[in-house]
Amino acid sequence: MPEPMGFFTDTTVCIGCKACEVACKEWNQLPAHNGGAHTLSGDSYDNTRQLDGTHWRHVQFVEQFTPDRSEGRWLLMSDVCKHCVRAGCLEVCPTGAIIRTEFDSVVIQSDACNGCRDCLAACPFGVIGMNPVSNTAQKCTLCYDRLQAGMEPACSKACPTDSIKFGPVRELREVAAARVEQLHGAGEKRAYLYGADDTMLGGLNAFFLLVDRPEVYRLPPDPQMPTRNLGMSALWSTLGAVVLGIAGIFSFRSRGARTAALAEAEEEERDVRRSA
Amino acid sequence: MFGDLPSTWFTSAPDWRWLIIGYFFIGGLAGGSFFLAALIDLFGRPQDRPLARLGYYIAFPAVLASGVLLILDLSRPLRFWHMLLESNTWQPMFKWYSPMSTGSWALLVFGAFAFAAFLAALADSGRVRWDWARRLRPPGVAGTFVAVGGGLLGFFVAGYTGILLAVTNRPIWADTTLLGLTFLISAASTSAALIVLLAWRRRALAPGVQALTRFDSIALVFELIALAALVASLGGAARGWFNAWGVLLVLGVVGVGILVPLLLHLRTGTFRQGYAVPVAAVLVLIGGFVLRVVVVLSSEGAGVLV
Repeated sequence: MPEPMGFFTDTTVCIGCKACEVACKEWNQLPAHNGGAHTLSGDSYDNTRQLDGTHWRHVQFVEQFTPDRSEGRWLLMSDVCKHCVRAGCLEVCPTGAIIRTEFDSVVIQSDACNGCRDCLAACPFGVIGMNPVSNTAQKCTLCYDRLQAGMEPACSKACPTDSIKFGPVRELREVAAARVEQLHGAGEKRAYLYGADDTMLGGLNAFFLLVDRPEVYRLPPDPQMPTRNLGMSALWSTLGAVVLGIAGIFSFRSRGARTAALAEAEEEERDVRRSA
Repeated sequence: MFGDLPSTWFTSAPDWRWLIIGYFFIGGLAGGSFFLAALIDLFGRPQDRPLARLGYYIAFPAVLASGVLLILDLSRPLRFWHMLLESNTWQPMFKWYSPMSTGSWALLVFGAFAFAAFLAALADSGRVRWDWARRLRPPGVAGTFVAVGGGLLGFFVAGYTGILLAVTNRPIWADTTLLGLTFLISAASTSAALIVLLAWRRRALAPGVQALTRFDSIALVFELIALAALVASLGGAARGWFNAWGVLLVLGVVGVGILVPLLLHLRTGTFRQGYAVPVAAVLVLIGGFVLRVVVVLSSEGAGVLV
């Protein structure tokens, strides 16, 4: 049994070259033409804009500039499926198409998916999208096919600055902790790890080093499992059903109907008096 | 930039739109109508049996339509059976903690109950001469089984849709645990309204129609309370309704769908009695539909990942 594998994405060394996006598309044979429409975001160099069924890596361009643009910085982050240890998509998938692999990664089996799109709504990070070619939900597979052949994923292989590091999660966490310490020592006190320990969804097998709040990178500050709402929702609904059932029994039972008939008679009598 | 947004705003939408809204409405009518018909059969007077029949006449076609809507909404409709059987092993596919999974099974089994009761209603009305089918309605062991089992499953079908929305990570849907309750109550009120609408012209059914109208008033009051609690439970996520959707919720659901029908129910004496009841019923149905439109579409468009 191989040990859990994952990505450590160090955003401080990302240069926004998008080699990861291209390598991912090439290896996974994902369409590059967006249905023939070459759409530009118009407000940044980020024309991919978000992860979806045909973009399994997305280099996020966060531009932080003062209004006169005299000061500023670019935050660049190559975003990807987090391969959560407790994965919301896998939890809700009603067909069993989403599986946990021997590498502890989360993979959607395209031949089993029927496109109900429950996983799109369940993912705490908005990672999954529909692939218009297969008409199934798709996302990063951590290059399951390459891993099975003993190779590393295409994106980390292509990354020229090693912003994307691939390896056993246990080792990556050590590397990441050392990197945070190094950055703190160099004066970058804002550096911290997102999802590197077990507190976030049991741990993200693909975790990140960030230098601003998660929201700035369009990451949720407090991602949760979808089933957190199941127990209370079921309880309230059951209570409602019981109350409605009782209301129904009182409305329809024989005595109730007789009372209604009496009330009706009274009402008619009132009407008669009113019109008189 | 996206400073104080709830975490549910950082997710992407499943693109559940009109087919799903239609299913939420019609599926609610299927479950609610069966539930009410079963209650009338089990606790009502013998004279109300034709009224219960109407409930069964609604439930079965509505559950069929529900299945069609759900299958059409799939991106790969021919694979709909993957919800019930694992496509590679042929083992049953069931996850008790996934509402989509439990809902698929509930719809299938409820469909069988609705079909049985539908046959019984046909036989009971004399439209078909199948004496065996009449036993699929109470009284009697088989009939009671169909009524109780189908009634419980009907309420499951009517309520799980709200829980399905809650068991996600989407804005509004996953920010409250009261959507299941709200949809359940709304299913009961819209179903009562639809049966009333089909029955109000028949004088013989008048006492039953009046009982249903009274039940509908109770359900509408519950619905108002549930909606208020729902908005309160949203907390910061209520921002998703500080827009046109909120206006539609207040005017379309609370105003047109709850308050006006309640007034009509209360003051049937001053309004022309004959029309107050069906007008109120139509408004309740409109309100129930708008509720689902607001809940589904307000979340579809929310979030920072468009």
